[in-house]
Amino acid sequence: MSRQHQQFRNYRQEQRLTQNRVIAAAIFVLLLASTLMARLFYLQVIEYELYQTKADDNRVMLVTEPPPRGLIYDRHGLVLADNRPIHSLTVTPERVDNFVDLKEELSKIIDISDNEWENFEDRLKEYRRPYQSITLKSQLTDEEWARVSVDLYRLDGVQVEAQLTRYYPYGEAFAHAVGYVGRITASDLEKVDKQAYQGALFIGKTGIEGYYEKALFGEAGFRKVEVNARGRIMSQLEQQSPIPGKDLHLYLDARLQQYAYDLLGDYKGAVVAIDPKNGGVLALVSKPGFDPNLFVRGISVADYSELRQSKKLPLFNRALRGGYPPASTIKPFMALAGLDYGFASWTERYFAKGYYQINPDGRRYRDWKRSGHGWIDLERSIIESVDTYYYQLANKMGITPIHSFLSLFGFGRSTILDLNGDSTGLLPSNEWKKAKYKEPWYPGDSVNVGIGQGFMVATPMQIASATSALASRGRYFYPRMAETLGDQPVEFEDDLGGEHDIILKDQRNWEKMVKAMRKVITDSLGTARRLQGTEYVIAGKTGTGQVFSLQEDEEYDSEKLDKRLHDHALFIGFAPAEDPKISVFAIFENGGSSSKPADLTKKLFDAYLYDKYPAHYDYLKGNDNE
Amino acid sequence: MSENLYRRVLVFANARLWQLVHIDILLIGSLFLLIGGGLFVLYSASGQNAAMIERQIFRFTAGLMVCLVLAQLPPKYMRRASPALYIFISLLLIGVLLFGVGAKGAQRWLPLPGGLRFQPSEIMKIVMPMMVAWYFSDRALPPSFKQIVTVLILIVAPVLLIAKQPDLGTSLLVAVSGIFALFLAGLGWRYILGAAALAPIAGFSLWQVMHDYQKQRVLTFLNPESDPLGSGWNIIQSKTAIGSGGIYGKGWLEGTQAQLDFLPESHTDFIIAVLAEEFGMLGCGLLILAYLLVIARGLYISAMAEDNYARLLAGSLTLTFFVYMFVNIGMVSGILPVVGVPLPLVSYGGTSIITIMATFGILMSIQTHKRAR
Repeated sequence: MSRQHQQFRNYRQEQRLTQNRVIAAAIFVLLLASTLMARLFYLQVIEYELYQTKADDNRVMLVTEPPPRGLIYDRHGLVLADNRPIHSLTVTPERVDNFVDLKEELSKIIDISDNEWENFEDRLKEYRRPYQSITLKSQLTDEEWARVSVDLYRLDGVQVEAQLTRYYPYGEAFAHAVGYVGRITASDLEKVDKQAYQGALFIGKTGIEGYYEKALFGEAGFRKVEVNARGRIMSQLEQQSPIPGKDLHLYLDARLQQYAYDLLGDYKGAVVAIDPKNGGVLALVSKPGFDPNLFVRGISVADYSELRQSKKLPLFNRALRGGYPPASTIKPFMALAGLDYGFASWTERYFAKGYYQINPDGRRYRDWKRSGHGWIDLERSIIESVDTYYYQLANKMGITPIHSFLSLFGFGRSTILDLNGDSTGLLPSNEWKKAKYKEPWYPGDSVNVGIGQGFMVATPMQIASATSALASRGRYFYPRMAETLGDQPVEFEDDLGGEHDIILKDQRNWEKMVKAMRKVITDSLGTARRLQGTEYVIAGKTGTGQVFSLQEDEEYDSEKLDKRLHDHALFIGFAPAEDPKISVFAIFENGGSSSKPADLTKKLFDAYLYDKYPAHYDYLKGNDNE
Repeated sequence: MSENLYRRVLVFANARLWQLVHIDILLIGSLFLLIGGGLFVLYSASGQNAAMIERQIFRFTAGLMVCLVLAQLPPKYMRRASPALYIFISLLLIGVLLFGVGAKGAQRWLPLPGGLRFQPSEIMKIVMPMMVAWYFSDRALPPSFKQIVTVLILIVAPVLLIAKQPDLGTSLLVAVSGIFALFLAGLGWRYILGAAALAPIAGFSLWQVMHDYQKQRVLTFLNPESDPLGSGWNIIQSKTAIGSGGIYGKGWLEGTQAQLDFLPESHTDFIIAVLAEEFGMLGCGLLILAYLLVIARGLYISAMAEDNYARLLAGSLTLTFFVYMFVNIGMVSGILPVVGVPLPLVSYGGTSIITIMATFGILMSIQTHKRAR
């Protein structure tokens, strides 16, 4: 049956059927093979560039090498900001499977504080180049380093990296002058070249470190490397070595700085010393200071809030930002203004009562000496610091000449060339009062300004720079911190950076004013006669700044007053008077009598001019041969 | 004149000689071309691992033995053994589900004494078309509806067993090998078009029974960028490797994607991406051409075979071989979802080399055992 059935089968036709199907399949195969070729063509020809870029992005990584930061020296070659090698424990997040396990494992080996771990987790969330390590614990001790090194092989993604960190050997006395570096924040990165700072640990935040950031930083090096899929560097394609930051030599005298800081004792205050021959800042002290090293590796929350909340405001730079009434230290400048504008003369005599009245029945502006000084002249008004003389002089002049004359000395404007954030103080004027209070300038306003009170506000840096101009008989230098950068003298843009001469109608008035200021010390009635007995000549002027205004009939009695409300004690001086090498402004906040800043100033002169430092400052001597 | 005659005689004698040892010189020539080129790519893809090349050559040698042994076996014996083999392998597949060993949640191997493992689903790729060809060997073509249903049942049963292991890639290839035989037997075009129309429904049903990781693969295929570090990584990196190769490629051993380990599974399933990166579109074109040579010879053998069994078996095996290559290149280049299918004769790996070489043994047997006419 089946055989018979087979005999009826048309084998030829069946063969043809299958062969046709084979041909159909062959066409099918060719079609699909063409699809593959079309796909390859699309990827390899049409989208070639896209994928080529992707492949390069995959394999090529730019590694930035931070340059060593330039050092900061004082005028005698003492290093004020140093680089120190440290070892830090860093983690490459991409190589870590489980952070909880990692933390547990690491905690068995070394102490990881909650704070360190939180900082690490914060940085995990920030922008970061893939496979870039994050510091978990910085500045390992030798023992920690040794302990970790033993176990490194089994801790995936953990490594110990050697880094250079900033170190400030002399701490708090220099914090406000030199400034500090701190960890780079996102807002810092917006101001700088992100690429260059990749891998850098910190950035200059304040002071010299902040202002000269660009020069101190140098130029980052780059390494173009080829990495594999796990981020391991396989080969180096290109390299550009980092260019170290430039070293900076300051005018600052480290010993003088520390001495001035210590001489302020327990008082808050500021001292600025300037070389009148060039405007170089020899000392810039704001007390209290703080340890700048705390900021270098990221200050802890506790330390920071302690500094922030201290009533003594250690973070506040009094020398640059403190606004004080210049008080009687303004008198030499007021006198020169009076002379120059013809409202005063050296010979004219004035009867100084214990008070001054604009109108016969008006308010009585008191002199510090209630009994008055009797018949005096201009020179004597400086020597004895006669308030009433300046009341009447300012009232006669009015604010406009005062404003224009004082602004020649740097009042009312930013003065320091190479530090950021100094306050302009306040040199009042007609226009200013109108804009601020919508009121006209009253004669009484002038009277107050006459003795450096009232609306007048100045920073220690301003008063010091004005004093320096006085010392150099009218040559005004904008104060500056840095003398040389690398091997080159530091240069500033001309509009502010140069010097200018203050030309008086009678240039002899400079010498006469210096003579008057010498007598502040030498005269038997001089307000700083306690500074007598030096082998060189000092010129100076005392000042007592009111923290609050006394009522007309009130007596100032320090015994009864809260110390917070005690007068500020001020002094300006320069020496040697005939050819000044140093001018100083010092203020003791709530220091009461001006004897404190006067004594301080004399000690600084002794130290600076005759090297009379207490022996224990020798460690700050530096090495001039450097 | 006499010299010319002498040459023709010699050529004839040679052909007779190859016929005598049952070797198809065209087929084996194109296979060697493919295998030789593949070893070059593997050397690069394995990170210049000479030991791996040695092992691969050893496997090819073993595969060649199987191929030559099978080539000596006349097709009629194969035909007679077909149903028994089918039942035996199906039983082994059940055994795999009961006693199998494996990795990653899949049971694919039967343990053999001496620590060896054996994957019955791999052999099913050959036995399935044998079974279908046998079924049609003494039936008139084209098949009736009843025969079609019978054959579909024969196909589906082992396919389900394999899918259950689970091994989606192999089960699809086994299904395809049976369906090809059915197609060559003359399955009516209206059935084929009907099946194509039903494909979306079938796809949906398949989705329902798929494992989560299989579903994930399909989802990732549809949008690799959705999971760039997870399952999308492979396909993104392989497309990058292929695309960045351009027309001429980056040069042997110079492919950065492959050499720097960005390309996953570069020596197994994704090896074509290494070739594409280092030899460019030209290299890929040559490879595909070499495959087409093998396939053309296989289809020619099928068309010229003596009986239905030989025709259906040869054609089905050849087309299945093509599907291997198409699915692999399609998945690596991102037009098909990632299913674990190696690139035949090029990817590093064991079992599939033996079965593929066995396929060509069967083809050579069919070609060389024809009765002289």
